[in-house]
Amino acid sequence: MNAPTREVRSTRSPGSRTLAVLAAAALALTACAPGSSAPPAATPSQPSASAVRTDAATLGDVTLTVWDQEVRGGQAAQMKQLNAAFEAKYPNIKLNRVSRSFDDLNTTLRLALSGNEPPDVVEANNGRSSMGAFVKAGQLLPLDSYAEAYGWKDRYPESVLRYSRYSADGKLFGEGNLYGLPQVGEVVGIFYNAAKLTELGLEPPKTWEEFQAALAKAKAAGEVPMQLGNLDKWPAVHVFGTVQSREVPADQIRTLAFGRRGASWNTPENTRAAQQLVDWVGEGYFNKGFNGQGYDPAWQAFGKGEGVFMIAGTWLLADLQKNLGDDVGFILPPGATAGAAPVATGGTGLPFAITAKSPHPDAAAAYIDFITSADAMKVLTDTGNLPVADTAAQKVPEGPQQDVFSAFGTVTAKNGLVPYLDYATPTFADTLGAALQDLLAGKASPQEFLATLEKDYKTFAESNG
Amino acid sequence: MTQRTGAARPPGEPRRVAYLYLLPAFLIYAAFLLYPIGRAVHLSFFDWDGLSLGRWAGLDNYVALVADEGLRAAFGHALVLIVFYAVVPLAIGLALAAILHHAKVRGLGFFRTVVFLPQVIAMVVVAVAWRRIYAPDGTLNSLLGALGLDSLTRGWLGDHTFALPAVGVVGTWFETGLVTVLLLAGMSRIPVELYEAARLDGAGAVKEFFAVTLPSVRGEIAVALTLTVIAALRTFDLVYVTTRGGPGDSTSVPSYEVYHRAFGLSQVGSAAAIGVTLTVVIFAISFGINRFADRGAT
Repeated sequence: MNAPTREVRSTRSPGSRTLAVLAAAALALTACAPGSSAPPAATPSQPSASAVRTDAATLGDVTLTVWDQEVRGGQAAQMKQLNAAFEAKYPNIKLNRVSRSFDDLNTTLRLALSGNEPPDVVEANNGRSSMGAFVKAGQLLPLDSYAEAYGWKDRYPESVLRYSRYSADGKLFGEGNLYGLPQVGEVVGIFYNAAKLTELGLEPPKTWEEFQAALAKAKAAGEVPMQLGNLDKWPAVHVFGTVQSREVPADQIRTLAFGRRGASWNTPENTRAAQQLVDWVGEGYFNKGFNGQGYDPAWQAFGKGEGVFMIAGTWLLADLQKNLGDDVGFILPPGATAGAAPVATGGTGLPFAITAKSPHPDAAAAYIDFITSADAMKVLTDTGNLPVADTAAQKVPEGPQQDVFSAFGTVTAKNGLVPYLDYATPTFADTLGAALQDLLAGKASPQEFLATLEKDYKTFAESNG
Repeated sequence: MTQRTGAARPPGEPRRVAYLYLLPAFLIYAAFLLYPIGRAVHLSFFDWDGLSLGRWAGLDNYVALVADEGLRAAFGHALVLIVFYAVVPLAIGLALAAILHHAKVRGLGFFRTVVFLPQVIAMVVVAVAWRRIYAPDGTLNSLLGALGLDSLTRGWLGDHTFALPAVGVVGTWFETGLVTVLLLAGMSRIPVELYEAARLDGAGAVKEFFAVTLPSVRGEIAVALTLTVIAALRTFDLVYVTTRGGPGDSTSVPSYEVYHRAFGLSQVGSAAAIGVTLTVVIFAISFGINRFADRGAT
């Protein structure tokens, strides 16, 4: 990759631009293969539990570079507070914090990790194209021995930890080594406007049938039954995931969503789920022009009182509460019966991981432990976030925040979280997003829609071994 | 540079020294342009995820590119955008410039500035503004509603039929000013005598336009077309902000695919292959336009 002589050599070519380009190309072709300056994709060795040091105060003077994406409201507040507390507790460890928005972090992290001096702690997105690719390239440190030393596995439910697990070669997602630890949880459920429900003479639905009946009643009363802004392609993924998890058994969804062999999209259950979405469009349950409405304008409209229900993730709570106050409510998507085991799409915030090249893994692990400790979970709660662990132990005021906390607590305790469908393959976010836009616009039938998904899933699952 | 006529051999110092003067500029040119281009071509022959060791793939990326139906559609969309970015603005620009040139309107400078204004605004800002205009509850639909055309309202950017034209219209709005100003400059150079001669020969305004104005601004038309066609083919920011290629894949364009494959899907080799292909296509089309203009001029 570094061939400083190349420019000089190419001066031999005459002034003609085309020839120069060709010459440069020819020279470049003979140069080394891309990525050859990166370390060989060997698995970083895992320190044994007895070898790791958890006494951060005795690690000497250390500067940790941390890349996070906690830039918004409550997220930024908790990070600032926890970082200050960490530095106060361990004066020998200095934090060099770099925070960027989610999108910016995602695009720059790749380059930063392949450099020779990557940051020590990074927030890496769980999916295959981020964390999976980094694991495959040997850029992240497996954290199992730290997990044991710090007792992370006792405090974090396995249904949460598996979102940060990969096999050492990065091929299997959802099992294997632990590569990161998240601070916050999230679950996709149904937001409702309590005032509108009362107006319509309805209670928050306890079964899926009641939910559909409520939609019909809202439509008949001239309300917008459900808000959706699908211009950004991915929002309908959450709606589909919610409907799908009513029909398809949870273990099948996990196999599909983790991109493992042994399941299929072409099943009667998936067809029913797709058909239900089409029916909802036909009944006019979504706002007009939802495919051309942005995600943000859609939830903002819901916040202004347009729409009775909205299928979305808990991350919208704080913003919705600002507008609707206690009129906003949140429930897990109800099952066939009121007592059915809860199943919902959900997962964690971005997990914090340690880079393989970090010279201070012990200090880095101490930092991760600090920002995910029981005390940290309290700070997260106080700053309006949804802590991923010890959720039930938090005291929050009654109302929407408690709705969200108990929903997440219930679904994790019952092991009912199913992964985001776009985790399945590196290309699946795009395939599914585009296919859903086609399905919802009536450009593709449920069968065509599922065939598109099946093709992407099968191609990947089979080549991935 | 002065040149003595009639000299048998080049005057002054030997010619080769001249290359030495070119060297500093060339080095910068090579480092920031030729090397990246060569590197992109190089990468396009590899199967590389951007992180681990790349695997030599030969022409596989290019073969896959031709076979990729979605990508062919993306290039098709770029061609449609050329109509909106280049052809329509040229037609509007010619008409506007001819009128402005002739009418000798008061406040021409002000008007020129207004027409040119979109060019000054960053494309991302333009895209965000238009996204709001096209929203289901946006300005365009409000306007249609006020006119009693409720049946026409829709989520413009989310409609499979109208999303691409909607994106194209933004391009038209953006490029028309540039084309108009370029053509105005060209027309102001046309000698008045030509018009007088045409009028003496009994030409009307339309005849005059086709006989005098149009041939005289051929060069400006070529420049305008080159700039706008390139802008159309490399459209990225507009699609990225407004539709992300959706709904479905109905507004995907090659530049967006380059970004998407390199940063979203980790297919750096494939992304580079699209980039190289796009460069070749842009080069060929610009070359064609300029050849066309030159041939006409001689």
